[in-house]
Amino acid sequence: MLEVLKQSSNPDILKPLLIAVKELAQKFQTVYGRKPAFMEVCGSHTMSLARSGIKQAIIEDVNLISGPGCPVCVTDQHSIDCMIELAEGDGRIICTFGDMMKVPGSRQSLMDAKIRGKDIRVVYSPVDAIDIAEKNPDKDIIFLGIGFETTIPILALLIKDAKARSIDNFSIWMSTKLVEPILRTLLNAGDVILDGFLLPGHVSIILGEEAYGFLPQEYKIGGVISGFEPAEMLSGIHKLLEMVLVKQPLIVNDHRAVVKKQGNAVAKKLMEEYFSVSDEAWRGIGTIPESGLDLRQEYNQYNAKIRHHVNPGEPKKTKCRCGEVIRGFIRPTGCALFGKACKPTNPIGPCMVSAEGSCSAYYQYLREID
Amino acid sequence: MEQRISLAHGDGGELSHQLIKNVFIKAFGHRDKAMFDAASLTLPGNEIAVTTDSFVIKPIFFPGGSIGKLAVAGTVNDLAVSGARPLYLACGFVIEEGYRLSDLKRIVADMALEAKKAGVAIVAGDTKVVERGSADGVYINTTGIGVYEDEKKPNLAFKTGDAVIISGTIGDHGMAILGARGELGITVPVESDCASLNSMLMKIVKDVEDVRIMRDPTRGGLATTLVEITEDFSITITIKESSIPVREEIDGMCELIGFDPLYVANEGKAIIIVAEDQVDKALSIMNGYPEGKEAVVIGTVSSLEKGRLLLETPIGSKRLLSRLSGSMLPRIC
Amino acid sequence: MCVGVPAKVIEKQEFSAVVDVMGSKTTVGTIFVPDVAEGDYVIVHAGQAMSIIDKTYARESVEEWRKFTNARSPETILKS
Repeated sequence: MLEVLKQSSNPDILKPLLIAVKELAQKFQTVYGRKPAFMEVCGSHTMSLARSGIKQAIIEDVNLISGPGCPVCVTDQHSIDCMIELAEGDGRIICTFGDMMKVPGSRQSLMDAKIRGKDIRVVYSPVDAIDIAEKNPDKDIIFLGIGFETTIPILALLIKDAKARSIDNFSIWMSTKLVEPILRTLLNAGDVILDGFLLPGHVSIILGEEAYGFLPQEYKIGGVISGFEPAEMLSGIHKLLEMVLVKQPLIVNDHRAVVKKQGNAVAKKLMEEYFSVSDEAWRGIGTIPESGLDLRQEYNQYNAKIRHHVNPGEPKKTKCRCGEVIRGFIRPTGCALFGKACKPTNPIGPCMVSAEGSCSAYYQYLREID
Repeated sequence: MEQRISLAHGDGGELSHQLIKNVFIKAFGHRDKAMFDAASLTLPGNEIAVTTDSFVIKPIFFPGGSIGKLAVAGTVNDLAVSGARPLYLACGFVIEEGYRLSDLKRIVADMALEAKKAGVAIVAGDTKVVERGSADGVYINTTGIGVYEDEKKPNLAFKTGDAVIISGTIGDHGMAILGARGELGITVPVESDCASLNSMLMKIVKDVEDVRIMRDPTRGGLATTLVEITEDFSITITIKESSIPVREEIDGMCELIGFDPLYVANEGKAIIIVAEDQVDKALSIMNGYPEGKEAVVIGTVSSLEKGRLLLETPIGSKRLLSRLSGSMLPRIC
Repeated sequence: MCVGVPAKVIEKQEFSAVVDVMGSKTTVGTIFVPDVAEGDYVIVHAGQAMSIIDKTYARESVEEWRKFTNARSPETILKS
């Protein structure tokens, strides 16, 4: 079985797939007089496409636009500042995904706070935060809950776990985002020409393929659910091209080995049990109604926003254009700061820091080589 | 009762004397050189090489080695990659109060064994003890002295087409350490590659014409070291992703936790750049040593300008590699 | 960070499992995949198994990709 799974990065499979994609893209260009434009919604797709060299290989053939799928990048500056400010309180341990550590706040980053002696811990598996809470009963443990639908069920699991183990020194600062509302917002704004979406495999594991029905039904645009391995992404792009050439927008599940039609029932039930929809502020866009999930009232004791008050003040204004980058409105290179004032070693905006950020992907993998 | 290091072991009095005599000199020998404030050495040739390195690795004992083995091999390798024959080491210990004497003896025994393997003598040393909590167990600094022989050194005369060789699989040390720390709950069935490479490298320098440069890709991994070479000498190197040897278990675990093996540390690997027509000879020499049996060509010097490192991906695209920019990596050397 | 690396379940406990990732081993939660069995491959996200890989579909995907290889002679592929 492993041999089968490894085929997804076998050059003998990738090269013919690449040629097939290029041929179809040329056909599109002949018909429409322009490059086909697809948005990869997920930040991990952006990273994998750049790292595997697919973006570079089809740069003349397909316009791949990075979308709003990097959870750290889409979080507005005030929320980021609040999360960083949490570290300033005494007797707290902040637990976070590694991505958040170097995200620049208006005053400092979590890394700066850690260097000054604040207890901030990177966890690979969020449930480790519950163990940390159990081992430190005299401290308040706060988990920074950022993420899309892939991660939200795991946050629900944290509350379930804390409750079951009667751990009351634990809370989550929820700042989650949902895929459907942001896609609707982008499509309603209509400032980017798009022929289709490369849809995120992992979010789809939770949501199932039916979650995207609104795209073809209401917006007449199709999408292909794709995995993250090179062959999976090439195949996804190929299917998108086939779809736009016959002008029949559909949702195609090209990741059937892991994405089930109805998604993951356990995860959906857990999300429903602990969370309800909330208005969330998005970087560069503003508040989108019902675009995230927050803890239900009955779980207020686990809600860090209720337990811990912070006042980080007004966010500092910078020339960072992350807000436009995540909407696909400009490419990272369109920002005057990119690669000059803003680099991975000295990031101005979150897109340059996160392992899923478009600017970081561009800086690491897509700078001109000739 | 278990014997532990106390502050008095570092105060220069009787306990210090006992420690030096019964632990260090017993393991390293060279009592004749230890009677003075400085060791007096005779070196062949004119040009010598000196290097120093400090070791703060956690955990102190790990699969495939210990801080002691690493402190010798690391400094020996720094000398050897510069083309010098390592001869002498001096070492400084910073020990945390309360450290187990038995563990210190194990570390020292590892140093003595590795020094013997590498053919170097440990001729000078120093011990300081700091209060509990001021250090994490043991830190070791080693300074190495080597000599250049036969007027033969890597010649830095890079030419387009020169071959870039790596002596074996990358990322073994960093991931073995990460596994040994147990923080991620990962079991990695790979040992650290920690080893002295001087016999193999001395043979290369002696027998292979037109060795351009040798480097050991430690912290920052293969990519960072190659970026340094390209920038220092303004050359472009192109390496092929599919040619770079990475153990499957390292690759899998890196992917799971979001690391890139290109940036994971090695402690027993060398990058060797040689003229195109010397590749077979260099490889056949390396393949004859246990620490070079998996040596392969991973790329070429593709131009003599610009100072860039390019990676060719399996689908044939090229992308620029930068040095490691900050990291979440634990203390690994 | 989403990854596609397949992890093989080698020892299942009540709500967790030891998985083998090409030789390295780690423990992941299995609450989202209650039907998981030893020998299954799973997709892991943030320490949790999120989906069981359907072997039939995985094979079908590879077959589909191979059609592109078979449709071309080796020469045209080499030239590209």
